[in-house]
Amino acid sequence: MAIWQFVGKRVANYFTVSTTTFRSLRPLINGDSSPVNIFGYRRFESSKAGQQLDLVSSDDDEEQNQGVDFPGGRVGFTSEMSFLHKSSKKRVQCYRVLDDNGYPLSSSQYQHVNKELAVKMYSGMLKLQTMDTILYEAQRQGRISFYLTSYGEEAISLASAAALSGDDLIMPQYREPGVLLWRGFTLHEFVNQCFGNRNDYGKGRQMPIHYGSKKHNYFTISSPIATQLPQAVGAAYSLKMDNKDACVVTYFGDGSTSEGDFHASLNFAAVMEAPVVFLCRNNGWAISTPVTEQFRSDGVVVKGQAYGIRSIRVDGNDALAIYNAVRVAREMAIKDQQPILIEALTYRVGHHSTSDDSTKYRPIDEIENWKTARNPVSMFRKWVQRKGWWSDEEESEFRANVRKEVIQAIQVAEKTEKPPLDYLFSDVYEEVPINLIEQERLVRETVKRYPQDFPKDVPM
Amino acid sequence: MASILQRIGAATSLSSSNSFDTKKFNLSSPRSVIGRKVSNLDVRSNGANKMNGGMNCQIGGRADHFVTNAVATKPEAPAASTASKPGHELLLFEALREGLEEEMERDARVCIMGEDVGHYGGSYKVSKGLAPKYGDLRVLDTPIAENAFTGMGIGAAMMGLRPIIEGMNMGFLLLAFNQISNNCGMLHYTSGGQFKIPVVIRGPGGVGRQLGAEHSQRLESYFQSIPGIQMVACSTPYNAKGLMKAAIRSDNPVILFEHVLLYNLKETIPDEEYVLNLEEAEMVRPGEHVTILTYSRMRYHVMQAAKTLVNKGYDPEVIDIRSLKPFDLHTIGNSVKKTHRVLIVEECMRTGGIGASLTAAINENFQDYLDAPIVCLSSQDVPTPYAGTLEEWTVVQPPQIVAAVEQLCR
Repeated sequence: MAIWQFVGKRVANYFTVSTTTFRSLRPLINGDSSPVNIFGYRRFESSKAGQQLDLVSSDDDEEQNQGVDFPGGRVGFTSEMSFLHKSSKKRVQCYRVLDDNGYPLSSSQYQHVNKELAVKMYSGMLKLQTMDTILYEAQRQGRISFYLTSYGEEAISLASAAALSGDDLIMPQYREPGVLLWRGFTLHEFVNQCFGNRNDYGKGRQMPIHYGSKKHNYFTISSPIATQLPQAVGAAYSLKMDNKDACVVTYFGDGSTSEGDFHASLNFAAVMEAPVVFLCRNNGWAISTPVTEQFRSDGVVVKGQAYGIRSIRVDGNDALAIYNAVRVAREMAIKDQQPILIEALTYRVGHHSTSDDSTKYRPIDEIENWKTARNPVSMFRKWVQRKGWWSDEEESEFRANVRKEVIQAIQVAEKTEKPPLDYLFSDVYEEVPINLIEQERLVRETVKRYPQDFPKDVPM
Repeated sequence: MASILQRIGAATSLSSSNSFDTKKFNLSSPRSVIGRKVSNLDVRSNGANKMNGGMNCQIGGRADHFVTNAVATKPEAPAASTASKPGHELLLFEALREGLEEEMERDARVCIMGEDVGHYGGSYKVSKGLAPKYGDLRVLDTPIAENAFTGMGIGAAMMGLRPIIEGMNMGFLLLAFNQISNNCGMLHYTSGGQFKIPVVIRGPGGVGRQLGAEHSQRLESYFQSIPGIQMVACSTPYNAKGLMKAAIRSDNPVILFEHVLLYNLKETIPDEEYVLNLEEAEMVRPGEHVTILTYSRMRYHVMQAAKTLVNKGYDPEVIDIRSLKPFDLHTIGNSVKKTHRVLIVEECMRTGGIGASLTAAINENFQDYLDAPIVCLSSQDVPTPYAGTLEEWTVVQPPQIVAAVEQLCR
């Protein structure tokens, strides 16, 4: 699956270390086989000196031998002073399987997906889209306080979930309910969390869309950005200790890559050889901050190399590409006990959340373009329909059914009782301590004395 | 410093035994550990049926849940069984290590992570020898990123491991504040109880000997508001080992505060296994005239002052509060009800420290029993200076404690 790449230019010297230590470098998987690409890498499976010295002149040969064993490995010298380019002249290319019209590219390397899987993926994407639409509207109507859609990123969450096993742990940011959906979280369960009612697994303690389900191996979402990244490394560390055939997949956005936790986590995962797949949803926007203001590197994929992590850039709107890349990444992570970085390029079609109006900082036609021309759902639909596994009638029927189900779930959730008062004080610690028992008693007393000032629908 | 303790103990056992109930336990004979436990039960009888006894027993159960020994210790028996065992002498950091090692032996899920904890053995040698014994996956050396390895510990804990996260100095854990506050303390609650975080976060803190301001932080004042965590401070080898074990066994996230200057304290601790109660305070010296509440290093300053006070005819009751969150208001309350005067001696800064919260808590709960306003001696609100003389005067010294008691007891 890996595509090896030769380094063309003299600048490669700076990356060249002696064969004995070369194993520590990780290859950058790159579709371009042109020798001009400076930052491609080779990986040795044996210590054949021949390949390495191929493109290097004989002068360098001698200098190579005059290396020094610095802490960290042997480094060759050069008398030429040349600074590394801040980025390669050509951007890292993006792996895709289907073209813009949903036709598989002949040169693509991918594994075929059977009907059952494809239909499950596609219908999951539809379900997610429909659920998002209705719950967004529900927020607008004042029925829930907050919502966050996954428009434009349906392929990422569904296709990646499809490539994983149920034992793989998911540490999400907040724009990946699709993964839970794939794993069997019901519409009722989603809606209960949004309404914060008694049946919410989070017991009404978190904002809407902060899902969490231990039985689905989906860790509860925590709002601060990138906090899940070091936790993912820790979870992977525990899998490593237990020698499990599973990995951790953690999702985050382009904005998260600015957080310190991101850098430390990649570094830790590499040093500790933890089986984590870091999946970055580079959707171009962090609320109103475009990626050009977020970082100056060639996206996120090149950052993996800085930490010694194998990385790949994938078309996030191409469900099959995501499926394949994640499947392989997972295998590599588990077999080699190494972290992998996947950058899924996509676009955040919706607003950041219901508290945002993205038309204020980006042109409407840009949004429209991504919504129509490069829509992951419609792209995949074309492929699935052409295979004869889906039809227009099924589409409208499915959409209508899901719509009905979601609306019904909302109606039920609205009527469901809110969590009782003691949920306010439980689970802060394993067992409720005296000070909290006291505080609960005070609250109950106050409510009893002034019942008119407190909501009637909270069970005591 | 430990020797001061022993001498005070010796002195008080003469005066204390006839002035009040021998049911109060005292540290004059640290060997008679189990005997103390039995007596403690009586002291606590007026509360809800609390944890079964003091120094030697269970952890885990909250205040009013009567949980019998969760710990596989020898069943409680009077002093007879311990009297025959000589105990062994060790330094505080060795006691911590012993506690760590016993827990790692007992439960394969216990692991340690932090900077230089593995082959280097920890910057204060607390984890020395553990990496060769348990392998470097269980005693994990991490790169320098406190927020990241604390986050890592939290992730591992949510998966069922029981990590002990070491901050090389407590002050560095300020970098981990996000993970500690937003995740460690919160995730059990926000996940609806689905994920639990049984981590222990530990490290040396407090004002040392000319370590400079950044290495002299008192993190207990910053962490005390975080809901969902527990905080304990150890001060003797005996309670260091017991609290370490209790913290590891607890399913709640516990922050164990050690003090840089106390690592070389020597004491003889029992050979048999014991686990202390995380929420309990320790009666260091029973007395009648004034209740002095303290913890960690200040305990020794207080005991030194107590020597002087005793010579001057005062009878201070010294309690090492040990549990910084939650406060053991039961023990403290009993003491206040007896002496009616409270002096708090802490190392935190004046503003917003443990003393400030404790003052508020006592005032709120025991105001009727106080004959005088609570006096709280703390460090000044300044960054700790490097110069030795200045540093000495930022922390509370024994003469100040003596003066305060004299003032309070007028």
